Amino acid sequence: MRTVIFRTTAPYLTSLMVLFSVFVLLRGHNEPGGGFIGGLIAASAFAIYGIACGVAPVRRALYFHPMGLAGFGLFLSAMSGFVSLAKGVPFLTGIWTSVNLFGVSLDLSTILFFDIGVYFVVVGSITSIALALEERERD
Amino acid sequence: MAAPGATSIDTAAAHIAGATALADWLVIAPVALPILGGALLLMVRHRTRVHAVLAFLFLFASFLSSAFLLARVVSEGPLVMTMGRWLPPFGITFNADVLGATFATAATFVATVAAVFALRDINVTGRRYGFYSFLLLMVAGVDGAFLTGDIFNLYVWFEVFVISSFGLLVLGSERRQIDGATKYAVLNLVATTVFLITTGMLYGTFGTLNMADIARKAEGLRETGPLMTIATLYLLAFGMKAAAFPLNYWLPASYHTPRIVTSALFGGLLTKVGIYALLRTMMTLFPVEREVLSGLIGWIAVATMLLGILGALAQSDVRRIIGFVVISGIGVMLSGLALGTPLGVTGTILYAVHSILVMTALYLLAGLMHEAGGSYSLHETAGLYRSHPLLAAMALLLVLAAAGLPPLSGLWPKVMLVKASIESGAWWLASAILVSSILTVIALGRVFALSFWRMDAGETVERTDAERAISPGAGYGVLAALIVPAIAIGVYPEPFLRLAAAAAAGLADPASYLDAVFPPGGGS
Repeated sequence: MRTVIFRTTAPYLTSLMVLFSVFVLLRGHNEPGGGFIGGLIAASAFAIYGIACGVAPVRRALYFHPMGLAGFGLFLSAMSGFVSLAKGVPFLTGIWTSVNLFGVSLDLSTILFFDIGVYFVVVGSITSIALALEERERD
Repeated sequence: MAAPGATSIDTAAAHIAGATALADWLVIAPVALPILGGALLLMVRHRTRVHAVLAFLFLFASFLSSAFLLARVVSEGPLVMTMGRWLPPFGITFNADVLGATFATAATFVATVAAVFALRDINVTGRRYGFYSFLLLMVAGVDGAFLTGDIFNLYVWFEVFVISSFGLLVLGSERRQIDGATKYAVLNLVATTVFLITTGMLYGTFGTLNMADIARKAEGLRETGPLMTIATLYLLAFGMKAAAFPLNYWLPASYHTPRIVTSALFGGLLTKVGIYALLRTMMTLFPVEREVLSGLIGWIAVATMLLGILGALAQSDVRRIIGFVVISGIGVMLSGLALGTPLGVTGTILYAVHSILVMTALYLLAGLMHEAGGSYSLHETAGLYRSHPLLAAMALLLVLAAAGLPPLSGLWPKVMLVKASIESGAWWLASAILVSSILTVIALGRVFALSFWRMDAGETVERTDAERAISPGAGYGVLAALIVPAIAIGVYPEPFLRLAAAAAAGLADPASYLDAVFPPGGGS
């Protein structure tokens, strides 16, 4: 699989796919997309990079261990449910707020953070499975 | 991203009005805290030193919250929280009644104690592979199953603890562990698939997944809907999870393979979730169907308790013996479900609490015996009474507890179950319970006689790990922490009997359970 063409294009492909996965994650609130599918796209991006350039560069590029990313995602999702504690509403109730950033009003919600958590869980778990499989193949 | 003001749909009518009191969060805390802890441990998986401390703190916090939840449920009736503020049956409801809160308290207590025992049983490699994360997530799944009020959500929590238990089972990646885990995984997945298919059928029939809503609608659908089929399929799925005969062969094939603390947790907690699910579906959702099935459940109970304990008599590995004792206990619990009378169900609930404590303690005892004697095999250990008198005393207490002899916790539930069977005219059930108790005395007495009393084993085992038993005090302390509540139930049973009776009353007459989800005169 490690042809010159593939190895040259893989980094560009990977960065494009990661960018697209973030786009899919953010548009997922009201349109097709969301954390799960975005996470799958990002995980396949890392898998492609791993197939082309080996597992070690992927682990270096990710910096954190994929399982750590999954743990962070689960933590973020669970914490987004606890925000409703302050508002006196049941667990996981969606709470909206608006932030004014450089003259643009940006709507933030706990649902968004829950979805980002899902994204990280999927990226982390699928990437660690994919990397483990690719590593085994090389041995 | 849509702005909140831009949406013209007014969702206020679909929302629960009014604020949620801080105390209501108790119903979610026993589930949410272990999940948070498990996630946190995954993030710091390389710092294995902090794992045990963090896991203990989160488990102890969830034990405290379950205990407070139990206290509140006992004094004020079922506690309900519907996620995301959506009105039930659309939002997912967590509905803690006395039964669920009792089981959750016992489960988190046992898990906290086991986490301390794991300090000596799980090495750094095991921690790096995420033992404590799996443990916390498994506890979250078990607690979620006990507290949820939505049948599909129950399925989700089953999956959560089953998947975490796979991780715990293969920790160590030995050949026989993989072998045990494969059997466990395949048969448990078959059971959860049956559960899922049945839930699909139930949704097609009822159009709702909220348990209170199902119980409310069952009366009207009994003429037209396939309720009998659904109830029978649930009996199949949960019976398999609970290791009831003839679907119990996965348990002896797998429970002796993992680390001893994992075996202890599985033996203590996982089969009891199956019993809980059976109680909930059969007593609250399908009481009429349970009546029809009661003869079948009764014979399953007899076969499970007798064949289970006969299996224990045939084994020589302590862990395998305990695995069969667990199965036999499942039969005893099923007998109360078969009877369905308040006394019988009270006995089942009390027996389940006793079983959570004592089965965990038995496995931990096996671990300590292994440390002391160097082997799990009865043929190779001997003379532990002379070298470890304190361990022998604890072992004797646990044998009495498991067999249902005074002064420990096994006595009262068995007395109640025998009395309930005789009251219902089911002499065969009563005699099966008594016979299985005698056989349990023989099976576990054999362990005690051979490993503790016998002075000299015919074949001596090479003691390679003689000095491994670091600080036996901690292990004894953990065992004592499990035995003390068992003695408390045996010696002073009044409060526990009242608790179990309240739980059984809540199951038999689910009016307060239903009213908590759908307040009379309010909304739907």
